[in-house]
Amino acid sequence: MKSLMVILLAAMLTDNFVLSKFMGICPFLGVSKKLDSATGMGLAVTFVMVCATVVTYPIHHGILVPNGLEYFDTVVFILVIALFVQLVETMLKKCIPSLYSALGVYLPLITTNCAVLGVTVLNIDNGYSFVQSIVNAVGGGLGFMLSLVIFSGVRKKMEYADIPETFKGVPATLIAASIVSVSFLGFSGLFN
Amino acid sequence: MAEKKSLLNEITKGVIKENPTLVMLLGMCPTLAVTTQAKNGIGMGLATTFVLLGSNIVISALRKVIPDKVRIPAFIVIIASFVTFIGFILEGFVPDLYDSLGIYLTLITVNCIIFGRAEMFASKNGVVASACDAIGMGIGFTLALFLMGSVREILGAGKWMDMNIPVIHDNPMMLFIMPAGGFFTLGMIIAIVNKLSKKKPPQELGCHGCPNASACAQAGNGGCES
Repeated sequence: MKSLMVILLAAMLTDNFVLSKFMGICPFLGVSKKLDSATGMGLAVTFVMVCATVVTYPIHHGILVPNGLEYFDTVVFILVIALFVQLVETMLKKCIPSLYSALGVYLPLITTNCAVLGVTVLNIDNGYSFVQSIVNAVGGGLGFMLSLVIFSGVRKKMEYADIPETFKGVPATLIAASIVSVSFLGFSGLFN
Repeated sequence: MAEKKSLLNEITKGVIKENPTLVMLLGMCPTLAVTTQAKNGIGMGLATTFVLLGSNIVISALRKVIPDKVRIPAFIVIIASFVTFIGFILEGFVPDLYDSLGIYLTLITVNCIIFGRAEMFASKNGVVASACDAIGMGIGFTLALFLMGSVREILGAGKWMDMNIPVIHDNPMMLFIMPAGGFFTLGMIIAIVNKLSKKKPPQELGCHGCPNASACAQAGNGGCES
């Protein structure tokens, strides 16, 4: 049994969802142009990851496993996440308008974010308990936000750089991401 | 004859002109994640092709039945079913590949290529054309993954398809099989494709067909405004 602290830090740093597991690359590259949107997206992803874990864990262990239907995980999880994001959006709009105005625009982006489906499936694969799963989701979400925020800073600097014509746009962004990823390599071996 | 030609065109366009990974920049996550070996690249490419073929055929066959408003959940269910199916097949027949693809096999469900083709092509075209489109896109994706995997495996491990490459094998550049090398290799390959195609390089990610594109644009991040 890994301690909760190790799970949290591992999900944030050594096994960072974006930079070492390559999940959620689309929002990482698409939503990291401004610091504000990077923070908003990061918070929204963390929120949905935790909620998705809270919802899918009981479904897996309470409904699918007793009936021998584990192989339905993918279908059930993705539908639950899609429905859940819709529900959260509607509820936030009604009940907490201030939070909705901060996170609302990012919520629909998350439905098909592979990091969210990824974290729910990883929790099951790793055999985490309910509390461990939630900690893993929090760590994954915070790690996602961390990499987005760091990368938005890097991209701001890149706007002033004189990049060769061929590399303009996506290639330069990917190579910058590679350098950011190298910096996260420094964390590897933190828990051995 | 004309029809035959256009079907052939549906297949070939996905391979080079509209290559989903290198030109349209869709499906970045698996492209980066599983390409530490050329073999994994092929496996992932073929698995995705299978899912793409199945989902394109079913979605185009049902395109008049599925109401527009619930099409996204409907597409997701169809795609996820095929992913579960291919998971069983791989687990049963090629367990090694199943283990090395791991969670990324499940994540084919949220691969933008599959969703994008369902939205852009299969929901508007007939069954045969959609099947051809899926085969073309699948081959294009597989080739791109194979290329990525080959570059990373040769430079990073000094091996290629179980063969040792002299000189590099003794001193491999480990960086290339690490995550950082994935970003770097993909960036370089896209830059080379830009140079060769002599077109204006794609400035932004390929968001066409991504169900989130409109929301991205709404968030005003510039990523997917076009």
